[in-house]
Amino acid sequence: MACASFTKLNAASSQWIGQQPFTQRHGSLTTRRVSVPIRAKAYTDELVQTAKSIASPGHGILAIDESNATCGKRLASIGLDNTEVNRQAYRQLLLTTPGLGEYISGAILFEETLYQSTTDGKKFVDCLRGEKIVPGIKVDKGLVPLPGSNNESWCQGLDGLASRSAEYYKQGARFAKWRTVVSIPCGPSALAVKEAAWGLARYAAISQDNGLVPIVEPEILLDGDHPIERTVEVAEKVWSEVFYYLAENNVLFEGILLKPSMVTPGAEHKERASPQTIAKYTLTMLKRRVPPAVPGIMFLSGGQSEVEATLNLNAMNQSPNPWHVSFSYARALQNSVLKTWQGRPENVEAAQKSLLVRAKANSLAQLGKYSAEGENEEAKKGMFVKGYTY
Amino acid sequence: MSAFKGKYHDELIANAAYIGTPGKGILAADESTGTIGKRLSGINVENIEENRRALRELLFTTPGALKYLSGVILFEETLYQKTAAGQPFVELLKENGVLPGIKVDKGTVELAGTNGETTTQGLDGLAQRCQKYYDAGARFAKWRAVLNIGPNEPSQLSINENANGLARYAIICQENGLVPIVEPEILVDGSHSIEKCADVTERVLAACYKALNDHHVLLEGTLLKPNMVTPGSDAPKVTPEVIAEHTVRALQRTMPSAVPAVVFLSGGQSEEEATVNLNAMNKLKGKKPWTLSFSFGRALQSSTLKAWGGKPENVAKAQAAFLARAKANSEATLGIYKGDAKLGEGASESLHVKGYKY
Repeated sequence: MACASFTKLNAASSQWIGQQPFTQRHGSLTTRRVSVPIRAKAYTDELVQTAKSIASPGHGILAIDESNATCGKRLASIGLDNTEVNRQAYRQLLLTTPGLGEYISGAILFEETLYQSTTDGKKFVDCLRGEKIVPGIKVDKGLVPLPGSNNESWCQGLDGLASRSAEYYKQGARFAKWRTVVSIPCGPSALAVKEAAWGLARYAAISQDNGLVPIVEPEILLDGDHPIERTVEVAEKVWSEVFYYLAENNVLFEGILLKPSMVTPGAEHKERASPQTIAKYTLTMLKRRVPPAVPGIMFLSGGQSEVEATLNLNAMNQSPNPWHVSFSYARALQNSVLKTWQGRPENVEAAQKSLLVRAKANSLAQLGKYSAEGENEEAKKGMFVKGYTY
Repeated sequence: MSAFKGKYHDELIANAAYIGTPGKGILAADESTGTIGKRLSGINVENIEENRRALRELLFTTPGALKYLSGVILFEETLYQKTAAGQPFVELLKENGVLPGIKVDKGTVELAGTNGETTTQGLDGLAQRCQKYYDAGARFAKWRAVLNIGPNEPSQLSINENANGLARYAIICQENGLVPIVEPEILVDGSHSIEKCADVTERVLAACYKALNDHHVLLEGTLLKPNMVTPGSDAPKVTPEVIAEHTVRALQRTMPSAVPAVVFLSGGQSEEEATVNLNAMNKLKGKKPWTLSFSFGRALQSSTLKAWGGKPENVAKAQAAFLARAKANSEATLGIYKGDAKLGEGASESLHVKGYKY
């Protein structure tokens, strides 16, 4: 009799695996089997709305989600110690810039910053809300070596991600970001690409389940001496895998944003590419891989100079695209700001002005109307650091 | 470049874009000898070569119709046939700005271990056949994969197998100068809802584009021939606007904008239904960075066949019926069809045959 029931048990479980090709959402473990996967559950409309408002004309994202260690490097470059007070002072400078919302639609924060306030006691998320800037949150836990690969990395952060995301949502975040990397000099190996894509897909599904629009960021590092044709090849493969796994994980494409690297030659390649060439290769690649349902593509700057990043974005917006094409810049928006501030209170206003200068330039670039006349030398300095670890 | 760049690169892109010219579409006249036999027997006409030739001549010489077509898909026999006056069909079409296409698959066979699901044959010797067809004047090809919706269908095996077949066919065509039409038809048979059809269509198309990418197919030099997203044939009907919304959304979620055009199959819809649905899609507001057009077989020829009945004295009447449908569908690609095509006999008749074997 035990045998009979055991057989029945086995038959039932193998029947389920063999005969239910459509994956079930976690919530439907009971007898109610859903034959059509439910994407994003309760947050569908909100996710679509949030993604649309971030991807609005003339706007882009200010990325200030540097981890404490990375923020330390920024502060050290202007002679400041890496203390919470200094980090808070720096983010306050940025987030209380008057009129920032005219050019910036979203700001990505590090966890510490999400819970901080100004010296007057006003929550940073409220400062952002006041400027109609959507608060976002970095949710990955950084890169670690990928065993069995060719010296490549993978991105951690899935453990407990659902409950962390829910907490961040409560605190006011409405979008998330997860950055993984692919290295061309290291291959990339099929393993590294697959891992990057799968991790992003899992993170995206969990984010949407908890009300956060996932920014999908597989950064193809600038390091290397490869020509632009090689970058295209790798980018097409990476995005093909990413979208395939996103679909497999039932991610709602109308509720995501992408954060790709632009398609350029490697940093050590003998020839530089013009903004027009970069735009052509990048847009051709995106048109081959990104379904029109995705509302916005927010490029990372990845070590380009402030002016370069703006010129390239401008070149991409000279004719209509099937998605909003904009920026999500960190170094390319903050470099001049840091140099102007130097950590001194009397320089705050000037530093905020220089942030607005960069933000406005990129806003114009999003509209295809930017000209580089009048840009200063500092803004043209390249920021590529070989083997840069974030 | 990840996409393969062969000697026909520019020509493929130009031809695919031309086929997607707004206001034009494809006449699918590639019925195999067996299938055309069914059409002919339906109007009591003998299935002999002369009759098959006469039918195609009737269609291709319809005054004023060819300007509504950017392509015609032919069966191999027809590629080498001529008008009664001795002009090769291929030449006649080309003269009138219509690209000749060729069906290159060899039909479906069952996948063992599944519940009647199929895969499509035809890869053996395909490269040589494509070269031959290119020399004979063909500039695009078509390969039909078939999937169906059931309690456990389509299975992952069927999806993977059919997607892979389509991808192999596509790259071989491109290597030999033919624009591949990628056709993953999900049959309308069943009682499922439109949501279920949408979900399956999105899944299947995602798998197809993954396979095409993996095989380095040049997307700018391909076309997609999908089913429209509709409820199953045994389920309650919905309005054309609902069909349009679900279909366009499925494409937005899966089809990269590098592909220049979608040429829908009619799959058993009546002539009028197919036109009205296509029209609704072109009126829909939203992101549609590709042309939405037609590649109809039954939905362009049904009332024409009835009017002809195989009799020479009926040719003019039959041609008038064909012209009416061609014009109506041309207007539908521009979203300006007013539903006023003079309905030939049977234009509103459903052409669905349950468990239809092509």
